[in-house]
Amino acid sequence: MGDTAVTVGTIEPVARSRPPPGIVGPWAWARANLFNSWLSTAITLALVYIILRLAVSLVDWAFVHAIWHVPYSDKGVPDTSSCQRAKGIGACWAVIADKYRLILFGRYPYDEQWRPAICVALFIGLYVVSAMRRFWRKELVLIWIGTLTVIGVLMWGGVFGLTPVSEDYWGGLPITLILATFGLAFAFPLAILVALGRRSTSMPAVRMLCVLYVELIRGVPLISVLFMASVMFPLFMPAGVNIDKLLRAQIAFILFAGAYLAEVVRGGLQALPKGQAEAGEALGLTYWQKTGLIILPQALRLVIPPLVNTFIGFFKDTSLVLIIGLFDLLTMGKVALSDPPWLSFATEVYIALAIVYTAFCFAMSKYSRGLERELGRAHRR
Amino acid sequence: MVARTGAEGTDTMSQVASPVLEGPSAITLDKVNKWYGTLHVLRDISMTVAARERVVVCGPSGSGKSTMIRCINRLEIHQEGRIIVDGTELTDDLRSLDTIRREVGMVFQSFNLFPHLTILENCTLAPIWVRKMPKAEAEELAMSYLSRVKIPEQARKYPGQLSGGQQQRVAIARALCMKPKIMLFDEPTSALDPEMIKEVLDTMIELAESGMTMVCVTHEMGFARQVAHRVVFMDRGEIVESGSPKRMFEDPQTDRLKLFLSQILRGH
Repeated sequence: MGDTAVTVGTIEPVARSRPPPGIVGPWAWARANLFNSWLSTAITLALVYIILRLAVSLVDWAFVHAIWHVPYSDKGVPDTSSCQRAKGIGACWAVIADKYRLILFGRYPYDEQWRPAICVALFIGLYVVSAMRRFWRKELVLIWIGTLTVIGVLMWGGVFGLTPVSEDYWGGLPITLILATFGLAFAFPLAILVALGRRSTSMPAVRMLCVLYVELIRGVPLISVLFMASVMFPLFMPAGVNIDKLLRAQIAFILFAGAYLAEVVRGGLQALPKGQAEAGEALGLTYWQKTGLIILPQALRLVIPPLVNTFIGFFKDTSLVLIIGLFDLLTMGKVALSDPPWLSFATEVYIALAIVYTAFCFAMSKYSRGLERELGRAHRR
Repeated sequence: MVARTGAEGTDTMSQVASPVLEGPSAITLDKVNKWYGTLHVLRDISMTVAARERVVVCGPSGSGKSTMIRCINRLEIHQEGRIIVDGTELTDDLRSLDTIRREVGMVFQSFNLFPHLTILENCTLAPIWVRKMPKAEAEELAMSYLSRVKIPEQARKYPGQLSGGQQQRVAIARALCMKPKIMLFDEPTSALDPEMIKEVLDTMIELAESGMTMVCVTHEMGFARQVAHRVVFMDRGEIVESGSPKRMFEDPQTDRLKLFLSQILRGH
C-alpha cells in the first residue's frame, strides 16, 4: 500500500501489492493444511494409506472380481452358482442386470414399460427446467401442468391407443417420483399459505386453524397418517365412493409435508425485520403485493437450506408407503430380492438403490448450495 | 398551547408567528389517543398541518413522536379521536387506507430499502404495482428522482452496496416516486454516521424548498431552524408546546421544553 499516495476525498481504488510467493496455490494450501507439522504429516500419510487400502478393496469387489452376467436355464431361471462362489470376493451385479426393469418400473406390463421410462425422463426434465432461473416466470406453471398431464396420460393410458394400466400395477421409480413431485409441489404452496395464516394478526380464526393443523400433523408419525389415509379414511366415505389408494397416500403425504414446510417458511418470515413489511405498506402495496414482492422473496431465500433439507427428507420418506401396499422404488428392490435365486444378494440391490436415491438427493443439495450462492451474490451485504 | 386550540387549521396557523400558510389542511389530528395495552402513549393529540407546511416534531425518546407520525399513515392504529389526511378520514375501511398511503410518503430511521431489489427496482416497485404505471415510464420517473437526490449512477446496484447516507437518499427518492402530497420523516438521520447526516439533510432541505408538505421527527435543530414553519414539542405522549422555531428555541414557555433544549444543546 505504501507506494500509493492516498489523498482525502478520492474514490480511486487503492493499489494493492501482490502477496509473496508461497501464500496462494494448491502447494501452499497443502503445506498449510496437511503438512504443517510432523504430527500432521504423519496423520495425513496414515489416512491416505487407509483410504487407498479401502478404495483398492472396493474397486476389487465392485469391478475387478464382479460378476456382471449369469447363464440362464432353458426356462429362463438364472443360474447363480458363479455368484455364490464369488460371494465375499466380488459383487454380483447380475442381479441388477436381471431385475432392473422390475425394480425401476414394478409390475407395470413389461411391453408397456417404455411409458413409465418416458415419465421418469419427463420428471427429470421438469426438475432441470425448473432449476434454471431463466425459466422462473409464469409460463413455468403451464409447463408443470402440461408435463404432469402428459405423465398422467402415459401412466394411465386408455387414450391415443395406449392400453389402460390401473394404478395397482404401477411401481418402482415412477411411484417414488410421483409421490415426491406432486407431494412437494402441492405441499409447498400450502405451506406458504399456512405460514402466512399462522402469522396473521387480523384474522385470529385463520391463525388458530393454521396452528391447529400444524400442531396436529406434527404430533403424529407419518406412518400413522398413511395408515389413516389407507385404512380409516375409506370408512368415512359414503358407500360406493372409492378413492384410489395412491391418491389417498398422496394427499396424506401433501398434508404431512405441508405442516413441516410451513414451519420452515414461518422461520423465514420471522427472520425478516418488521421494517420491510412497513415500508411496503407505507408505499401503498396491498397485502398480497407486499407479501409476494417483498416478504416471500426474502424470507424464502433465507430458508433455502432448511427447505432443501426438508425436501430431501420427504423424498426419502416416500419409501414409507411400503406399509400401505404401494410399490415404490425401495419396495420393488425388496420384491426383486424375494425371487429365490437372488435371495442372498441384498447388498448389491441395496447399493444400487442407494445410488439412485443419492443421485436425486445429492442433486438437490448441490443445486440448493448453488442457488444460495447465486442469490447471495445479488445482495452482497 | 397553540396546537391544542382546535382542529381548524387556519385558526391554529394564524397564531403561529413565523411564515403563515393559509389554505386547506393536509393533516388533521383531533383528540387522538392511543394505548399499548394499558400504556397511554398518545394523549389527546390535536394538531393541524396545512398544505405546504413543514412541521418538525421533537421531544425526548419515548415521548410518542414516532407513534404519532406512524398513526398518520396508519402503521399504528389509534383508538380514540380522528385523523383526517388529505380530506380522507382514517378508518378501518381498506379503500380509504389505500388512498391515503398512496398520497403519503414515508422515510424511516432504518431506511427499510428492499435488499433483494436494485436501487432502480426499489423506486419503480410501487409506481408499477400501485399506480399501474408502465415499466419504462416508472424507470424514467425513478431516474429523475434518483438524479434529484444525486445518486443516479447507483441505480443498478443493490442497497447493501451503498453507504447509509446513500441508502437514505434512495429511500427518499423511492417515496417521492409515488408523487405523494405529504412526506413523513421518522428520525431520518438518527441511524446515520455523522459524516452522512449532512447529505441527507441537504436532500430534505431541497425537498422542503420545492414546497412539499412535510412532517419530520428529528433532533436536528439546525434543520428545524432552517426549514420548519413550526416546531412541535412532545413529551410523555402529549403536545406540550408548539410555535415557530425561533420562538421555541429562544423563548421556550414550559419547563419541560427548557429542560429538553438544555439537554439537546449540551449534546452538541
